[in-house]
Amino acid sequence: MLDMSFLWQSALSVTWQQLVMYAVGGILIYLAVEKGFEPALLMPMGFGAILVNLPLSGVINQFSQGVGETHGIIQWLFETGIEASEAMPILLFIGIGAMIDFGPLLANPKLFLCGAAAQAGIFLTIIIAAALGFDLKDAASIGIIGAADGPTSILVSQVLHSNYVGAIAVAAYSYMALVPIIQPFAIKLVTTQKDRAMRMPYTAQSVSRRTRILFPIVVSVVAGFVAPASVALVGFLMFGNLIRECGVLSSLSQTAQNELANLITLLLGITIAFSMRADQFVRPETLMIMCLGLVAFVLDSVVGVLFVKVLNLFTKSKINPMIGAAGISAFPMSSRVIEKLGQQADPQNHLLMHAVAANVSGQIASVVAGGVVLQYFTNLG
Amino acid sequence: MNLDNVLQAVVMLGQGMAGIFVVLGVIALLVLLMHKLDDRKK
Repeated sequence: MLDMSFLWQSALSVTWQQLVMYAVGGILIYLAVEKGFEPALLMPMGFGAILVNLPLSGVINQFSQGVGETHGIIQWLFETGIEASEAMPILLFIGIGAMIDFGPLLANPKLFLCGAAAQAGIFLTIIIAAALGFDLKDAASIGIIGAADGPTSILVSQVLHSNYVGAIAVAAYSYMALVPIIQPFAIKLVTTQKDRAMRMPYTAQSVSRRTRILFPIVVSVVAGFVAPASVALVGFLMFGNLIRECGVLSSLSQTAQNELANLITLLLGITIAFSMRADQFVRPETLMIMCLGLVAFVLDSVVGVLFVKVLNLFTKSKINPMIGAAGISAFPMSSRVIEKLGQQADPQNHLLMHAVAANVSGQIASVVAGGVVLQYFTNLG
Repeated sequence: MNLDNVLQAVVMLGQGMAGIFVVLGVIALLVLLMHKLDDRKK
């Protein structure tokens, strides 16, 4: 009689952990499609999570008696594009750099400090993760979720060979999408209605072309001198920005902002799904990482606000404390949150341009933070 | 809880935040300097 068991052999070998991953994949696709949460990343990650968890899936390397070893495309993409060189997250920074207009920040350089302060959540979360028993490299990788910067989180956790790359990527992108919910809660914890209503005059200042061109070069050199490990991150971000600002490469700038960024984003999501295999993802630590990621975002915002409150004690021109919370890298979500909260407190209060300045400062600060964390381990030897 | 790891994480906090503030502080000063040079040119 004809043996038909091959039809259900694979389905019968599904483990409960893989079923959990199908549900996780489904939730990510739901959040992306129905809720619009970072769809460009969460949708490919969700679909990829299902693909890599199918029994004997052809998208990851397999070995069978009859055929020998077969190579899977998602595993190859991961090993080549992320594990071997971190090429995907780094190349994505060219596109991000080409998208950012640093003009509002260059017009008000004091707001660079907001970006710096709002990275504190990263390091405070590293302490909490270490206290909870995570290995120091894993703790650092978890803390970097607070950079509110997906590519930086993936890169740092990959370079440090963290055991939790998948969970960290999911947390980083999910919470970036949830900034409009997380930040108002965190900001209201440490501000009064009067704080939020504080107005800040804005006068548009022109920034010379020379300053715009010199800026990415200066940032790369300064960051490179202090934290050489940050050069890949900062350098490629600033390379993208230099292409944008130099004025003679508009076609390359458009390509970096659109085709390059879209292509890498398309592949990054499904590639990172390789680290969402059930045996690596379905464990209690994943839940802890999701909680710690949330803590990192809240601490970033709280410290950012408190920093501005302290800064206001020493400066003549006061800054609305909420601007400190905009110093995270989640752009432009964070700026919009600050503008909205300001208008809720006083309908005539317009903080958007100040918040944008702090927000783009956070984009530089977050990659510098990633580099500084890597530098710490490099110096350990 | 591994106290050694926690202490190292505290050191990382100090060094990390100092590093970030130094990098961004120096950049902010250089941007101010560039503005001054631009103003002089005008």
